[in-house]
Amino acid sequence: MTNPIADIEGANFILALGTNTTETHPVIATKIKQAVRAGGILAVVDPRQTELARLAHYHLALKPGTDIALLNGLANVILTEDLYNKDFVAERTEGFAAWKETVLKYPPEVVAGITGIAADTIREVARGYARSANATILYTMGITQHICGTDNVLAIANLAMLCGHIGKPYSGVNPLRGQNNVQGACDMGGLPNVLTGYQPVADPDVRAKFAAAWGVTSLPEQPGLTVGEMMEGAAAGKLRAMYIMGENPVLSDPDSTHVVHALEKLDFLVVQDIFLTETARLADVVLPAASFAEKDGTFTNTERRVQRVRKAIEPVGEAKPDWQIICLVATAMGYPMQYGSPAEIMAEIARLTPSYGGISYQRLEQGSLVWPCPSPDHPGTPRLHVGKFARGLGKFHPVEYVPPAELPDEEYPFILNTGRRYFHYHTGTMTLRTGALEEYYAQEHLEINPADARTLGITDGDRVRVISRRGQVEVTARVVDTVPPGVVFTSFHFPEVAINRLTNTARDPVAKIPELKVCAVRVEKIA
Amino acid sequence: MANVTLTINGQQVTVPAGSTILQAAEKLNIFIPTLCYEPILTRPASCRICVVEVKGSKNLVPACAALARDGMVVETDTPEVIEARRTIIDLLLANHPMDCLTCGRNGDCRLQDYAFMYGVRESSFSGEKHNYPLEDDNPFYIRDMNKCILCGKCVRVCAEIQGNSVIDFTYRGFNTKIAAFMDVPMSQSECVFCGNCVAYCPTGALQEKYLRSHARTWEVQKVTTVCPYCGTGCTLDLNVKNGKVVGVTSTDGEVNGKALCVKGRFGFGFIHHPDRLQQPLIKKDGRLVESTWDEAIQLIATRLGEVKAQYGADAIGFLTSARCTNEENYLLSKLARAVIGTNNIDHCARL
Ligand code: SF4
Ligand code: SF4
Repeated sequence: MTNPIADIEGANFILALGTNTTETHPVIATKIKQAVRAGGILAVVDPRQTELARLAHYHLALKPGTDIALLNGLANVILTEDLYNKDFVAERTEGFAAWKETVLKYPPEVVAGITGIAADTIREVARGYARSANATILYTMGITQHICGTDNVLAIANLAMLCGHIGKPYSGVNPLRGQNNVQGACDMGGLPNVLTGYQPVADPDVRAKFAAAWGVTSLPEQPGLTVGEMMEGAAAGKLRAMYIMGENPVLSDPDSTHVVHALEKLDFLVVQDIFLTETARLADVVLPAASFAEKDGTFTNTERRVQRVRKAIEPVGEAKPDWQIICLVATAMGYPMQYGSPAEIMAEIARLTPSYGGISYQRLEQGSLVWPCPSPDHPGTPRLHVGKFARGLGKFHPVEYVPPAELPDEEYPFILNTGRRYFHYHTGTMTLRTGALEEYYAQEHLEINPADARTLGITDGDRVRVISRRGQVEVTARVVDTVPPGVVFTSFHFPEVAINRLTNTARDPVAKIPELKVCAVRVEKIA
Repeated sequence: MANVTLTINGQQVTVPAGSTILQAAEKLNIFIPTLCYEPILTRPASCRICVVEVKGSKNLVPACAALARDGMVVETDTPEVIEARRTIIDLLLANHPMDCLTCGRNGDCRLQDYAFMYGVRESSFSGEKHNYPLEDDNPFYIRDMNKCILCGKCVRVCAEIQGNSVIDFTYRGFNTKIAAFMDVPMSQSECVFCGNCVAYCPTGALQEKYLRSHARTWEVQKVTTVCPYCGTGCTLDLNVKNGKVVGVTSTDGEVNGKALCVKGRFGFGFIHHPDRLQQPLIKKDGRLVESTWDEAIQLIATRLGEVKAQYGADAIGFLTSARCTNEENYLLSKLARAVIGTNNIDHCARL
């Protein structure tokens, strides 16, 4: 996020794209509701009529995967009606002229044809966003889990720059990250092309610095494989061993039948987790890890806030914190790795990572710190891009609408949209074992529009089979008008409804994010 | 902003204009009891336990709502004030179950605190008492409306913090009750079981179901940490008894204040679930069997070493975790890159 969560409350206009915030980030949603109560205008872009959409002044129920057309359309209105922030564009950006040409191809009437949203609504929302003193954009996976996910994000940034709604309080471009420490996992170099703080592995100086600190002669310079590429590599017999810590790709990744096949082909698989997940069952060695309550550490939330995780109890059974397990493995492989505590690890991270340079456990005891925090006396940076973009001038990137990789056809006439539920989390390993959440929300459903249900002879509570080119699942139908005709929706929380057997592995070429939000399926009533 | 100076219990204090008497008293560390007051909520000034004497004013005034004025002279502990507070407590106790012995909030209850403080052992009124059934229709929290003092905090929390307005005052007079629309059970209402109303309830009317039936309030040790679920990063207190997490309560989080959602507040049960892995497992003849740590670690080192020797470092891939800490993610990257020698490391940020 460019801005702190608290800034949402002060926004006059909130454009929420592809985020089911009340279910996925409930406490952030409370800030949105507070902004609305204070008179802020809320526009929600989502194919489904979510709770947030019901609260909104404008619900733009676009056809799945047409976000770029919509965003370009909004920009088009702002340009042609001369509502844009000329000073901001002139002083802080570049590439405007070339970008403008692309956007001019998206007048509201054309966009209406692509997205299914009325041209006048597009105009009103564009005006509202442009004219507000403070306007903020929130988005989540509904934007990124598309083959054009990177372009979607660029289109959002273009819109914010056009109006100068960035680099100031209560405005900004704010992706809401899904998992508690997904931000931190990225920050720490849990990515194939960068080390901590996004320092590229391709940079020889970076490699030299880390090699020296880590006491090795050299570090690999070729960027590695992404998750999806690893699965392909494993299936092809090129990747021979995997070490999986706290992830459950069998349920979370697209085309899970393929994932299982890939993992089974490995010569050796290690899984380190708190439960015997669907992935762990395939492992050669399973290591019992401590849960968050059993260890010290830090998590970095979606607004880049680094906060202390504190040990409350001893690890259950013989479980050990992941950091200790990694030390054991490294040491057994002839690389002595020893730390007295996570505080020592953080000290090493701070030495090697400019954006975490000023972060220490000592300071975190006084309160959290938001990176970039380069030095021990730096207060942290809750708002990014104030006065200047990280790269200097903000660049307008022309982006064009491309349809999703797999569209409905005669054989597979529905779009399957996947997401999360309020009462559950990710692959359900935790929330299905709480003694409370799963008791209350015990069974997954497939949401289907009444018109479609009628055509298929399906009534609420019927068992149905959902089939894509890659796989099928059985699930109970819930007939609701919150999903539009032609779209069905469910979550990936329940192992018995392993919906990622159906989803498409087609990926965004840059970010490599799979298109989990759109794939073509057929729905059949089970007689 | 202009300041005002007033005198409370003989001590002078200067506060910004617009401050309440309560806020001025807080600045002097002078205690004034409150029940319906909560700084971040609207102020109905309805419970009147916070009344104080203001020189020149005919009636006692509620300190939570009355604004501090220049030259004001306030007394917070006069016999009249104490008597007024005792009467309020007396009236509340007249219609209270008085079963502190078994109440889950025993030791963490404002009504109990004030009854103790002002020496009200039992009510001098003998009137009708409510006899509502205990509401425990959901796995998250219980409602015991016999213990409700109608401060209305839960109503305001649900409307103003959670933004859902699920509950409100219903019926009238003696029958006034906080309930969902049409007085349906919570599980049939629009309630999302965030439990934020529970976090603010000053008595035992709203209680976390598991926590309050498994630990007395003084038995738990609270450890402040961060929620393990979504990326919001809410701060919460794990409540620990005998080495086990028995519940979650709110603290004053930097991101979330006292607000949490159902997962953060009531989704802790996985920690001690019998399915937790407690020992390393090794696959032998197609079955995962328990092993020692030494054996498991040795096997990993040997097999990874063999794969690396035979196929090269890039034949090994690592998935790190959006669930694990920063320190653990850092170390796994170090293991992949420095020990094995591959950049094949990723996680499910994209999912
Ligand atoms: S649990 Fe949450 S939604 Fe339900 S009544 Fe309380 S505050 Fe409102
Ligand atoms: S309490 Fe709810 S909103 Fe807060 S971090 Fe946990 S899951 Fe997210």
